[in-house]
Amino acid sequence: MGSNMAENHPVGFRFVTEARNRGATVIHVDPRFTRTSALSDIHAPIRSGSDIAFLGGIIRYILENDLWFRDFVMAYTNIATIITDDYRDAEDNDGVFSGFDVNNGSYKPESWEYAETPTKPPIAEHHVKGANAPPEHAPPSDPSLQHPNCVYQIMRRHYARYTPELVEQATGCKKETFLRVCEALTRNSGRERTGTFCYAVGWTHHSYGVQIIRAAAIIQGLLGNIGRPGGSILALRGHCSIQGSTDIPTLYNMLPTYLPQPNAFLPHHGLKQFLETETVKTGGWNNLPKYMISLLKAWYGAHAHAGNDYGFEMIPKLTGDQSQLPMTLAMVDGVVKGQFILGQNPVVGAVNSDLIERGLTKLEWLVVRDSAMMESADFWQKGRLVQRGELTPEQIGTEIFFLPSAMPAEKEGTVTNTTRLVQWHDKVCDAPGDSRSDLWFIYNLGRMLKDMYADSTEARDQPIRRLTWDYPVSGERKEPDAAAVLREINGYTVADRKQLTNYHQIKDDGSTACGGWMYCGIFPGQHDNRSRSRTADGPDGDGSHRNWAFSWPNNVRTIYNRASADPDGKPWSERKKLLWWDAAQGKWVGKDTPDFVIDKPPTMRADWSKHPTGMDALGGDDPFIMEADGKCMLYVPAGLKDGPLPTHYEPFESATINPLYKQQSNPAIKQWPRPGNEYHEDADPKYPYIFTTYRLTELHCGGISTRVMPHTAELQPEAFVEISPELAAEHGIRNLDWAVLSTARGQIEAKTLVTDRIRPFTINGKTVHQVGMPWVFGWDGYARGDIANVLLAVYGDPNTSIHTTKALTCALRKGRLA
Amino acid sequence: MKKLHRRVRDRVTGFVNDWSIPRQIAGQSVMSKAAESAQSRSLRPRLEQADRVGTSICPFCAVGCAQLVYAKDGRPLHIEGDPRSPVNQGTLCPKGAGTLGLLLSEKRINQVLYRAPYAKNWETRPLDWAMQRIAERVKQTRDETFVENLPDGTPVNHTLGIASLGGATLDNEENYLIKKLFGGGLGLVNIENQARI
Repeated sequence: MGSNMAENHPVGFRFVTEARNRGATVIHVDPRFTRTSALSDIHAPIRSGSDIAFLGGIIRYILENDLWFRDFVMAYTNIATIITDDYRDAEDNDGVFSGFDVNNGSYKPESWEYAETPTKPPIAEHHVKGANAPPEHAPPSDPSLQHPNCVYQIMRRHYARYTPELVEQATGCKKETFLRVCEALTRNSGRERTGTFCYAVGWTHHSYGVQIIRAAAIIQGLLGNIGRPGGSILALRGHCSIQGSTDIPTLYNMLPTYLPQPNAFLPHHGLKQFLETETVKTGGWNNLPKYMISLLKAWYGAHAHAGNDYGFEMIPKLTGDQSQLPMTLAMVDGVVKGQFILGQNPVVGAVNSDLIERGLTKLEWLVVRDSAMMESADFWQKGRLVQRGELTPEQIGTEIFFLPSAMPAEKEGTVTNTTRLVQWHDKVCDAPGDSRSDLWFIYNLGRMLKDMYADSTEARDQPIRRLTWDYPVSGERKEPDAAAVLREINGYTVADRKQLTNYHQIKDDGSTACGGWMYCGIFPGQHDNRSRSRTADGPDGDGSHRNWAFSWPNNVRTIYNRASADPDGKPWSERKKLLWWDAAQGKWVGKDTPDFVIDKPPTMRADWSKHPTGMDALGGDDPFIMEADGKCMLYVPAGLKDGPLPTHYEPFESATINPLYKQQSNPAIKQWPRPGNEYHEDADPKYPYIFTTYRLTELHCGGISTRVMPHTAELQPEAFVEISPELAAEHGIRNLDWAVLSTARGQIEAKTLVTDRIRPFTINGKTVHQVGMPWVFGWDGYARGDIANVLLAVYGDPNTSIHTTKALTCALRKGRLA
Repeated sequence: MKKLHRRVRDRVTGFVNDWSIPRQIAGQSVMSKAAESAQSRSLRPRLEQADRVGTSICPFCAVGCAQLVYAKDGRPLHIEGDPRSPVNQGTLCPKGAGTLGLLLSEKRINQVLYRAPYAKNWETRPLDWAMQRIAERVKQTRDETFVENLPDGTPVNHTLGIASLGGATLDNEENYLIKKLFGGGLGLVNIENQARI
């Protein structure tokens, strides 16, 4: 669901077809009939944006027919945990959970907590006020599942109305098809069988994207499909190292490997208060102080010591949402004056292209690094505003530097792929001319700035002066050593600079430095680079390929793999064995690195009389070690900003009305309405069609890379919009005729592809049409066309600030732009 | 005349010698011996020219296919799937298979381009000049926009005046240094990449 894997992750899809050849049932739930659908056993078409109605229907089917994997769920999930009496479900309040503050459009989540033992969410930036006392006991639970406020009963009530009939009404998917999906999924559950969900941005790019994924997590929890071979939820990420750039984030709200970026408006005044506030008392995140202090040691070296809070004040504090959407607006408003664009092309790939262009024209200076000319660098010459005559280059004051960049194979380093696999790539050839790696660029920029600030005595300049920046360089171009950077990310002892071998060695006393705790173990010796290991398992191997590169944490290949054994530590079945307790050796053994305390026996229980913290508060049968209670969260008591359970809302711009609630769309949505970023009304008659965007096999995202590759550009030479024959007939459009698409943000034109792959849906008893368009084109390169993202608006998922591309509304007419 | 005669004779002999059908009838395989010709015998695989080979990871989607990159004199010759990789076992999709076209694309830019404010055209500039100018602009904007404390005295030590975008196409080491320099060194908080889009 939410992915067209055959076309967008073709080589990964080989494993799906291989599984199908061995008897697996492949289900594709997607609005369009694509090549993925063609290779599936069941194609279930749903209207874009109705995923939670569909998944909620599956949850109801599992609960009402008692098809959940009882032994797994009772032992490993929070199904029996009791929630506070203050909790009110969205079902009782027409689509709004308890704690909603109408004035600022956000939730106070305290009423969603576990009874008696409020817990901290182990996720960066999801701060919950005043809930950090060490618990005196485990959260209260009712194993009989009769307590009206236990998670089981809450879920049953919450999903009671998600009947097959409601699913058909809300999603447009025929009841019979939906039931076939339910049967196939639940058949694949239990000791002998597992099932997996694969998703991509088809799930994240919604105003409730996190909740869609949550809904799948509930299903996988109920079916016992987490931490087991052939189970899990696989995020099919879109860029080579998008996982790496999330782990070691070029993101505003996190420090490397998911540590929270300090915030001026939270109790983050000084390191002590920051750590007291953010450290979860129980579970794996109790180690936060070790990771944080070791990061500060890696960044500031000898200038980070106990006497100065390890330099904590040098880390900049947040004062709001500084993610990409508001950043765009800050450019337009002149707050952002200078900008780096490092291997990204926001004019094509980001939201509301005209607004982004406007922002770029307001900058004082702009540095763009890429390998070929692209839209975010030459907008002042060829952009839509200039084409329309709104601006001329003489009116645009942005000073622009285009720096050619080295490409893969012209530099070395690691990328982290979608399976958390961190792979080293070699430098084989030389980058042409003045092209340089981004490592070279950042290293030298840092070196020059350190020189410029070398004599400053101002407090504000101390961070750059004190930053450790002593990477060796080599060769004619003085290329910095990527391996030296990776060694710092791995971590080392400060006294004798020995590489750490795993994250358990990281300390909170300043004796270790570590740039990213999750990557610890990737470079365990001065010359031992595990990301470079290249030994695949043979036919008789265990199939985890543990000697092919490195995966975080600790080279674990299947995360939470303690769940692959039953509570007693025995494999659920011979067929699905992965990890088990070896009583003779007194440790966990198997086909993967244990993602668990290696010598903690399955019978061990937390001794609450000793006020345990960290891993000591979790039992030998609590596999979900990064959660405060060690349980798989069917119900999320803290950490989400839009409700503890996924519930169906309409897309923010929907062609129809919510069949479930008076509350039309996600009440906690992040909005930034303003001129140039206007929104549509609910079921707006001016914009009657559902608009969705997608990718193509041949062209990679919004970047210029594949549009300047002759082979791929020739295969997909120009933009097009896909519409159904029925919609084409309404407008008198024949295949390859031109059409104009418009939203309140802008309009574009493209040739039509009239195709049965897109079908009209019957929603709430009415026909609703959907149109789809690849968003990968622009005015540069060989393959050209109008930019689909002109049509998008700036608004975001409350948890992630992710925008919506998959389900909004638009108008369509035959013809061309005047 | 003699010359022409010889050329015709050579052509005929050559054709007869290279003609595949008699050899197929004689039992040779069309997949090997029967497909040979004088020309095919003289062809050599281009990989023989390579003086270097290394493993790269496909730069497009996140599946992580390994690629073997062959180069001669620092210039790439050929890119194919690495058969050792358990991820792709030697296969590549159309994008990955086209990677050589990316490295050798005629659209690649090899020099620094500079566009002065309000200018109508790009100019080429030396790399060193551009680096110096960029560093100066960064320092100037940082110094103008840096905030040490909020009006109520809460320390923030940040600048909202500079933003950085991008990272998902870069290496971990590059992302690490970006976050370290821009965040930990200069106090930028507007640091984002494609992870949200």
